[in-house]
Amino acid sequence: MNLHLVILIALIFAALWTVMTRSLIRSAIGLALTSAILTIVMFALNAPLAAVFELSVCAGLISVLFVSTISLTHPLSRQEILQHMKDRLTRFWYLPILVAVCAIILSALDIKFSLKLPAHETENDVRVVLWNLRQFDILGQIIVLLSGVFGVVILFREKNKK
Amino acid sequence: MNIQVLADLWPFMVCVITLFVIGFYCLIVTLNLIRALIGIEILIKAITLLIIVVGYVSGHSALTQSLVITMIVIEAVIITIAVGLVVGIYRKTGSLDSRNIRNLKG
Repeated sequence: MNLHLVILIALIFAALWTVMTRSLIRSAIGLALTSAILTIVMFALNAPLAAVFELSVCAGLISVLFVSTISLTHPLSRQEILQHMKDRLTRFWYLPILVAVCAIILSALDIKFSLKLPAHETENDVRVVLWNLRQFDILGQIIVLLSGVFGVVILFREKNKK
Repeated sequence: MNIQVLADLWPFMVCVITLFVIGFYCLIVTLNLIRALIGIEILIKAITLLIIVVGYVSGHSALTQSLVITMIVIEAVIITIAVGLVVGIYRKTGSLDSRNIRNLKG
């Protein structure tokens, strides 16, 4: 449990560094780091296949996408960043207080969860779930992937015309 | 499922809520479009962690893993399209500032 606690604290600090650092490249690297630490948490929580997907797609593919986008564009000028950063901590000072108030209210409500779901015998293997029980999800994934490819083709074809 | 397991999992819930707040903060504070996408990514990571924790607690980790795989695929497609839009906006306006795209005309 202590090891889990250390990993979770590292996850929070990686996410904080991702958001608070000024450089966009460092933000992209921080996001990949957050994904990698989340992968460790997933392995610890008995979800190895989802962890592999998280590591390969989120820490790999999406980081490459972000880094290539950053290299295609120029970031905001230093003056704009400094002007914006002056008040970014003071403008939303109420967010931590809001979270604390929500936590106090939720803990005072003393909600009891009943997490007993009907167990299926065939549900032990993720491959069986993915290919037999959730076939419609696979179809949806294929449709989403094809529409994504179609969207990218449309976006870059319009630019070529200009 | 007993109460002891839920009591052991409170750090994960704290982590989920903190990640969600960090992503939300990034989304509402930033003016940079790429950083806004990074905020969306952190929000999605919080939800992914929540789904995995729920699967661990309820004993249906196979079902939640398949849901998370679906989510990761859709996340990758969303980010790809959004990145294409950001590059298009940058070529049009010459800046990544989100204030430049507030004036929609026609």
